[in-house]
Amino acid sequence: MTHPPTFADPEIAGLLRENKQRLLDDWSREVALCLRGSLEPEEIREDLAELLQAMIAAMDEGADETTTGELRALLEELSRRRARQDFRPSETATSVFAIKDVVRALLGPAPAYETLERFFGFSRFVDELALITYDSYVNAREQVIIDQAEQLLELSTPVVKLWEGVVAVPLVGTLDSARTQVVMEKMLQTLVETGSEYAVIDITGVSAVDTQVAQHLIKTVAAARLMGAECVISGIRPQIAHTIVTLGIEFSDIVTKASLADALAYALRRSGVEIVRLPEETQ
Amino acid sequence: MIAGRAPAVGEEVAIASNADVVRVRQVVRSAAIAARLSLVDQTKLVTAASELARNTLVHGGGGKAQVETLVQERRSGVRVAFSDQGPGIPDPETALTDGWTSGNGLGLGLGGARRLVDEFDLLTEVGKGTKVVVTKWAR
Amino acid sequence: MTTRVPILKVGHILLVSIQVDLDDQAVMALQEDLSERIVATGARGVIIDITAVEFVDSFIGRMLSTIAGISRMLDAETVVVGMQPAVAITLVELGLTLDGIRTALDLEKGMRLLSAAGTDPASGKRAEA
Ligand SMILES: Nc1ncnc2c1ncn2[C@@H]1O[C@H](COP(=O)(O)OP(=O)(O)OP(=O)(O)O)[C@@H](O)[C@H]1O
Ligand SMILES: [Mg+2]
Repeated sequence: MTHPPTFADPEIAGLLRENKQRLLDDWSREVALCLRGSLEPEEIREDLAELLQAMIAAMDEGADETTTGELRALLEELSRRRARQDFRPSETATSVFAIKDVVRALLGPAPAYETLERFFGFSRFVDELALITYDSYVNAREQVIIDQAEQLLELSTPVVKLWEGVVAVPLVGTLDSARTQVVMEKMLQTLVETGSEYAVIDITGVSAVDTQVAQHLIKTVAAARLMGAECVISGIRPQIAHTIVTLGIEFSDIVTKASLADALAYALRRSGVEIVRLPEETQ
Repeated sequence: MIAGRAPAVGEEVAIASNADVVRVRQVVRSAAIAARLSLVDQTKLVTAASELARNTLVHGGGGKAQVETLVQERRSGVRVAFSDQGPGIPDPETALTDGWTSGNGLGLGLGGARRLVDEFDLLTEVGKGTKVVVTKWAR
Repeated sequence: MTTRVPILKVGHILLVSIQVDLDDQAVMALQEDLSERIVATGARGVIIDITAVEFVDSFIGRMLSTIAGISRMLDAETVVVGMQPAVAITLVELGLTLDGIRTALDLEKGMRLLSAAGTDPASGKRAEA
């Protein structure tokens, strides 16, 4: 975690305030250069103007937790936005670093020693600010990835309505514990939303199950029962049946069917629907 | 100072009556919502808290629950500590076994609560009292 | 002062809808009230609607089982309706199976379950099997 940067220097704050327009011009130009024109100049200028204002407030007389907090929040917001816009973390941090050169230029060609000392302090402050953008950039990217993974999970595991009162979850691929849990929760929710009393969990497309996954399936069947619904598991392949038996998992009071079709037929029969083939002449 | 991460926010609830057990559930629910636990995880934590608060009242002769919302850099969660100065539990391992009760309960409270949370610590000393600390993290 | 959950009588069915977080005393009171009403009314079925209930712990679970047991002895059937998924998932993890309790997704399906079981909600007469 980055340390909360504190840098009180009302004199530099004053310098920045007095030269605000020129600073903003130069800073925006630098940043636009390193972002290779992928952002509108006005947008960059607006962001930087806000940032500059907050930096001044944080260094100025009367700076306190609120002003530094605002600066931090602003930086975090900015890097989150950059992360979502697919900028690189270095590009995001460079936007902040760029102010150093701009301020250094303000000080003239041969500043006094004391002024330089001040500038170094300011420079360390900017480094810390850049670190904050780096941290929040990384966090924001992580969130983007998590969100995408979740969306994928949702997409890859649909809960479909087969018939009035019967929903099905066709599971495909490798089942891990987390995914099974998400799907099963979604299925139970669908039972409530659609008022369905039967759920078919079809695992024809599943290559393997482990103990945890098998346990999740069993618990889901038990939870559905408590809610007033019945689950049927269909498409258990021989290898999976073998695994379940070898693992010593109690599957005995769970209704299983060979295929999704058999499971649907079972659910329909149980809910009082009869399917008959019409005599030939009426077709 | 630039505002860092919010520190743990705590609330203490005395457990001396059935109504207090209800209050513990409510405080834990709000903390779980604040820590952004999913609905299922909220329910698991509230149920565990209900079991443990009842144990504090019935077996421990009353005590308190300290509810903390934990906000860390990368995760958030809720920690609840139940403590009493009651008789203590002579054989904690056995007490944690499903179905074991010294009274006429189902004996599911302790073992069940442990399954419902991510972290579970039981400290007890005969004649001194019992403390159970549970934590649930947002997934 | 204990919260008392109202018990409605619809035909020959007793209907209870739990709307608030009940303390243990209120749960016990409900159990007693229901047993008395089953005897007093000769009800053939009991429906406990827990749609609004946000958690079921071992105490409430035990109350539900006890009510089911008592009603069975008094020749009535109990159906618990409306349990939310999060509650059901938690209950399974807790280790409660609520053996012997019938369940339904909602009130309407619970009613249908009782009439299919031979408890005609309107007349209270049992269909001869
Ligand atoms: N705070 C406590 N102080 C003393 N003894 C305790 C405490 N908590 C639990 N115990 C002991 O551990 C046993 C098991 O507790 P557990 O909650 O699992 O079951 P229970 O309370 O007896 O029944 P229930 O299923 O209704 O909770 C209790 O019967 C009691 O003897
Ligand atoms: Mg207990």
